[in-house]
Amino acid sequence: MSAPGSGSGAARRGGIRRFIRRTLVLAHAEVLHVTRDRATLLQIIVMPLVQLLILSNVATFAIQRSPVYVVDDDRTSTSRGLVSRLGASGLFDVVGRSSSPDSANEAMLRGRITLALTISHDFEADLVRTGQAPVALDVNTEKGAAAGVVQSYATQIIGAYAREIAAGMHPVPALALRDALPADEPPPIRGFGRVDVRFQDWYNPTLNYKHFMVPGILVALVTMIGTLLTAQNIAREKEMGTLEQLNVTPITKAEFITAKLLPFWVLALIDLVLGLIVGRLVFGIPMRGSVVLLLAAAAIYLVVALAIGLWISTTVDTQQQAMFVTFFVMMVYLLMSGLFTPIASMPHWVQLLSELNPVRHFVTIARAILVKGAGLREIAAPMLILTVYGIVVLLLAIRQYRKRTA
Amino acid sequence: MSDEVAIHASGLTRTFGAFTAVDHISFDVGAGEVFGFLGANGAGKTTAIRMLTGLLAPSAGEATVAGHDVYRETEAIKRDIGYMSQRFSLYDDLTVRENIRLYGGIYDLTDATIRERTQRILSRLGLQHVENTLVHAIPLGWKQKLALSVALLHEPRIVFLDEPTSGVDPITRRQFWELIYEASHGGTTVLVTTHYMDEAEYCDRVSIMVAGRIAAIGTPAELERTHGVESIDELFVQLARNDPNARGAAGGGGAAA
Amino acid sequence: MSALWGLLRKEMLHILRDRRTLVVLILMPIVEVLLFGFSIRTDVTDVRLAIVDPAPDAATLALRNRFAAGALFHTVAVLSRHDDLEPMFQTDAIQLAVEFPPNFARTLARGGAAQVHVITDATEPNSGTARQNYVAAVIDAYQQSLPAPTGSVRIVPSVRARFNPTLASSNLFVPGLLAFVLNIIAALMTALSLTREKETGTMEALLVSPLRPWQIIVGKVAPYLAIGFIGVLAVLVEASVVFHVPIRGSVTLLLAEGTLFILVALSIGILVSARTSSQRVAMMGAMLGTMLPTQMLSGFIFPIESMPRVLQWITLIVPARWFVTIARGIMLKGVGIGYLATETLVLAVMALVLLVASTRSFSVRLE
Repeated sequence: MSAPGSGSGAARRGGIRRFIRRTLVLAHAEVLHVTRDRATLLQIIVMPLVQLLILSNVATFAIQRSPVYVVDDDRTSTSRGLVSRLGASGLFDVVGRSSSPDSANEAMLRGRITLALTISHDFEADLVRTGQAPVALDVNTEKGAAAGVVQSYATQIIGAYAREIAAGMHPVPALALRDALPADEPPPIRGFGRVDVRFQDWYNPTLNYKHFMVPGILVALVTMIGTLLTAQNIAREKEMGTLEQLNVTPITKAEFITAKLLPFWVLALIDLVLGLIVGRLVFGIPMRGSVVLLLAAAAIYLVVALAIGLWISTTVDTQQQAMFVTFFVMMVYLLMSGLFTPIASMPHWVQLLSELNPVRHFVTIARAILVKGAGLREIAAPMLILTVYGIVVLLLAIRQYRKRTA
Repeated sequence: MSDEVAIHASGLTRTFGAFTAVDHISFDVGAGEVFGFLGANGAGKTTAIRMLTGLLAPSAGEATVAGHDVYRETEAIKRDIGYMSQRFSLYDDLTVRENIRLYGGIYDLTDATIRERTQRILSRLGLQHVENTLVHAIPLGWKQKLALSVALLHEPRIVFLDEPTSGVDPITRRQFWELIYEASHGGTTVLVTTHYMDEAEYCDRVSIMVAGRIAAIGTPAELERTHGVESIDELFVQLARNDPNARGAAGGGGAAA
Repeated sequence: MSALWGLLRKEMLHILRDRRTLVVLILMPIVEVLLFGFSIRTDVTDVRLAIVDPAPDAATLALRNRFAAGALFHTVAVLSRHDDLEPMFQTDAIQLAVEFPPNFARTLARGGAAQVHVITDATEPNSGTARQNYVAAVIDAYQQSLPAPTGSVRIVPSVRARFNPTLASSNLFVPGLLAFVLNIIAALMTALSLTREKETGTMEALLVSPLRPWQIIVGKVAPYLAIGFIGVLAVLVEASVVFHVPIRGSVTLLLAEGTLFILVALSIGILVSARTSSQRVAMMGAMLGTMLPTQMLSGFIFPIESMPRVLQWITLIVPARWFVTIARGIMLKGVGIGYLATETLVLAVMALVLLVASTRSFSVRLE
């Protein structure tokens, strides 16, 4: 309203006030669009919660009662002891036994078992004679990650059984010494000492997969919804012709993009908070760090996610195109974010590439704060990257948005 | 009415690839004039308007709107103009009142002004009973009148109306032209496109576009006299027939229906 | 029949003329398999390790050397204080810490139990456990090098990783990716084709033509089936050339099963686009509702056996689940149709039901 050149300070204040007012007016209309579209609103609020509840149960490599086939060629009490330890652990279910390897092989080819244990004919005799005997473990790698877990459990059970036998063969010295010593102290053995390994599982002592997956899935859902909605938004206005009407008004590109971002930013934050509440109440996910810090980080991250959506939306002509582009961007982002498979397992060049993936950084931040109790100092690096990312993408979206066709 | 020039175009051209949609058009519109842009579908009317409103960059030529250059000062142009596009482009899922409020806010009108003008529009159009109805639920004629009022909401110096009367019944068309005259009496320059040739008689001056060029320009009476025809419709058919590409000629014949 | 032939020709022309889409359809799976084949891995390698050794002695140094010598560990820091570990774990600078007590060598020499604390970042339990196993193996080897305590009994498990002896992640995931990628391009293809027909109104023209609904469906599906087939071929070549994934079973069988799977995916696409009118809701729903579930419920990454029973039942209706089993079976296990009869039958029934359903939904539109 102020004439050009008359008091630039006042003009700028007027400019900022005008920016805020126009942005809010447009954002308000956007809120009305969303709240009146019941089907979409339902999708935004209910879908992520339902998915969180279901999918969090999917993502686990833990095994229970994994089917195992036993080929026991020894048929002695020692070999039967080993087989019963497997069953008694609750981790394995002995679904079949025979003395021929053929039926074990058949079961494996049919994908019915994850493990075949073969105990050869001289198992007990060898143990008695030499103190050492082999068994064969055939792991069905077709079962993916479960195969590794199965192998590790089976090895542990076999090791424990060996120690049990050892204690049984030499009961007297071991027991006598144990009684003479404080309970905690393992019995010293004649000869050289041994290395006693104590394992500590930090941050997830119960090895609960949900503590790991729930924050990740939550991030994935919020990202998908936010990016999809914004990606569709401007494309939709292009299709409806309402964008042209806005383009002949003096509204600035920055006002337009900000107004488009703001309502979805609030919605996504609400989704995130709801998800956190569900995660806490239903899955008991830890919240070791500051939730406020997490929300602050989310506030920055969501600007990135939504601005990417808006950027896509400004480049495409139809909602359909917006969908497809978003679909692929999301797929690459999610699968390469460390969400399902660890970043550390990826080849070096993919790890470098994933630095460009904002989802990766926010997944890292969310897990660090919630699970590890990290503070601002520990998440400073990914936070900085996200902030820079946000500014760049926002500027790109603003630049890319054309009020005039070339 | 006054000698001041609201719109000036000189050799304005727009090509899309090998196709020339607007081919070196030149004209001036005086302030306060009601200027008619006539032509068949595809004659280049909409492309011309899109260039003048700053929505489309021209390929060649010059033009100023309200004294602002169409190449460099498009944002300045947008403060001084109102625009009603061919497609209905208010928000269907907002109410009548919310649509007015939205555009009032975008044009920096104060809340008091917005309230006052909303009342004026609602009572002028007789829409008080549907002020809180979603726009998609009101009849097309009302929508079009509402869209025109919204385009005029910030009292622009110039308003561009792209086929505002297409698809509406004759009574609404008449009411529509009353609204256009009111704006014009208030000092607003009106540039209106149409393919209804009878509407030409309502304009102060008209130009007839054929295949991207201005084939004739002047007051309706002048044109009828100089071309020796009974009506603008007759002139239009005559001009369209001469179009070497015969583009849109078939549509032009039945245009007055 | 000649009408059907004409429709087929028309569809083929559409596809061949739209070069950009064609390139996208063929290139996309190849690029994706390349990208994901490299990135979706669960091998635990290059473990970032910190050593806490307040009073180094001969024994701790010997063990530290063993960690340094192996290719698996990468010693990032040697600390003297336990308290310095936490920030390193929180910033992800380390994934594992090995902490020695003072007097480590002396305890060992005296015949006592020298405690070593192995601290793992168990945020992701699977890798956490894997890292622990590696450490245990290193320490076990060290223990073996010491004079053995008397009276020990060892049962030595010799582990054979059946079907994937090198335990390469790509052998496991690339066959899975095949399902995943085909699923997506098939859906994409039908959506592109059908919505274009809807937008341009040509679907109406087809529906009022003398063509029978099944003929329209065949006309729509056949060309895309052909493209999908080319996609399968391309991905298989890539899998064996780039990732050296074996194809132990019959390639012909694999191609046939792949075609069957594409058919299922295509019919789902047709059914959905035939039935929905509101694009926005349908697309949002389809994407949100299918993207994560197909990634997660197909057994492609997460083992189905580990899921709760109810979810295991749900996986039964995910076509990708069956195809992942088939692809892994043929490629890794080298089994024939006899072993994959159930899976094949399920896919065939799915294809049949879906095709009939989409044909019927077209017939309904006709009335």
